[in-house]
Amino acid sequence: MASLKALKVRITSVKSTQKITKAMKMVAAAKLRRAQEAAEAARPYSERMAAVMASLGSRVTVGPESPRLLAGTGKDQVHLLVVCSSERGLAGAFNTNIVRLARKTIERLVAEGKTVKLLLVGKKARAQLARDHRDKIIETVDMTHIKRLAFSDALSVAEDVVHRYEAGEFDVAHLFFARFRSALVQEPTALQIIPVPLPKVETDTVAQAGGVPAVVEYEPDEEAILADLLPRNLAVQIFRALLENAASEQGSRMTAMDNATRNAGDMINRLTITYNRTRQAAITKELIEIISGAEAI
Amino acid sequence: MANLHFELVSPEKLLRSDDVFMVVVPGSEGDFGVLEGHAPFMSTIRPGTIAVYPNGMGDVPERIFIDGGFAEVGANGLTILAESATPVGELDVEAAAQGLAEAREMARTASGEAERLMAEKRVATFEAMQAAVVN
Repeated sequence: MASLKALKVRITSVKSTQKITKAMKMVAAAKLRRAQEAAEAARPYSERMAAVMASLGSRVTVGPESPRLLAGTGKDQVHLLVVCSSERGLAGAFNTNIVRLARKTIERLVAEGKTVKLLLVGKKARAQLARDHRDKIIETVDMTHIKRLAFSDALSVAEDVVHRYEAGEFDVAHLFFARFRSALVQEPTALQIIPVPLPKVETDTVAQAGGVPAVVEYEPDEEAILADLLPRNLAVQIFRALLENAASEQGSRMTAMDNATRNAGDMINRLTITYNRTRQAAITKELIEIISGAEAI
Repeated sequence: MANLHFELVSPEKLLRSDDVFMVVVPGSEGDFGVLEGHAPFMSTIRPGTIAVYPNGMGDVPERIFIDGGFAEVGANGLTILAESATPVGELDVEAAAQGLAEAREMARTASGEAERLMAEKRVATFEAMQAAVVN
């Protein structure tokens, strides 16, 4: 049995760990609120953008004349996976879940004989994916220095992606991130971003809304607007994914740290019981020694 | 007479949402004014200032600089999607001049076609910014 002193040291150490995890939980909770507010504030823009894309999409027929971002390259050979992860660990299975989904996709694509390229946002994904797929990583975006995610950060990632697409480096792009459901539930999600999937407008809903869909004038024409809008839409998608990811990360960390705090509490209780028993045993032993010593005289 | 619903949205947040009389928008093919009951209309925007008339023609317009974007007029008013928006009064003249010089330099030294286009876009943005401050 461990000595009293060793037990005492152990208890103190677990207690200080508990203090840290508790503090981390509080910080994560505060950051989660801020991240949620940011995600909330970004919603109107992306919703309106989606609405505009939908109404344009119902008018434009995809053909070889369409912008390449919409029509695709006509091939399906090289896939780019944009994997968003966090910059810091200790967030439970947050990064592992995203990476697991990405890894499954990589394996599936490779089995189909496709070429896979990886563009990683955040260094945690790199740490996990570099082990098996180092040769596929073409770029890692470091977000460590960013305190508050701004649209320009997403824009630079989007510009990079579009640039590579136009240079013919890949045919299809997918975005991996964790969709934020609640502080407890985050859902790793894969989203196709290139070629842009146009949302299908239900003709029924248009008919229900007012019979004849309103005739909208476009300036310049639909195609030109669409060409201008597509890269912008991509940036918005990435921005949204990054915001959701940030919220998910904090949610996941909060849950993980809450569990850690509770586990530390359990451990302290168990150790305290052992400590008390050991102390009691030592006292009893001493008493027995005294008594038997006295009897001997 | 403030009855055109006007929304200015940036990716980061909804900047304003209120009822105004008229908004003049710098469309990429010419400025256009939007009053209540405008026909459904969509247009891209070039970098420039939008002028918001809160109550009537006689008002001093509130001028906001935006660096390009997208305008949509529908049944529920005018929505402008802009990547960034700054009230003209808050624009920094010196920063604009410096940015313009840098962008021009970039356009001059650009190697590829894409790079040159991007630099020219920046030149246009800063030129519009300067023009906005002067007027």
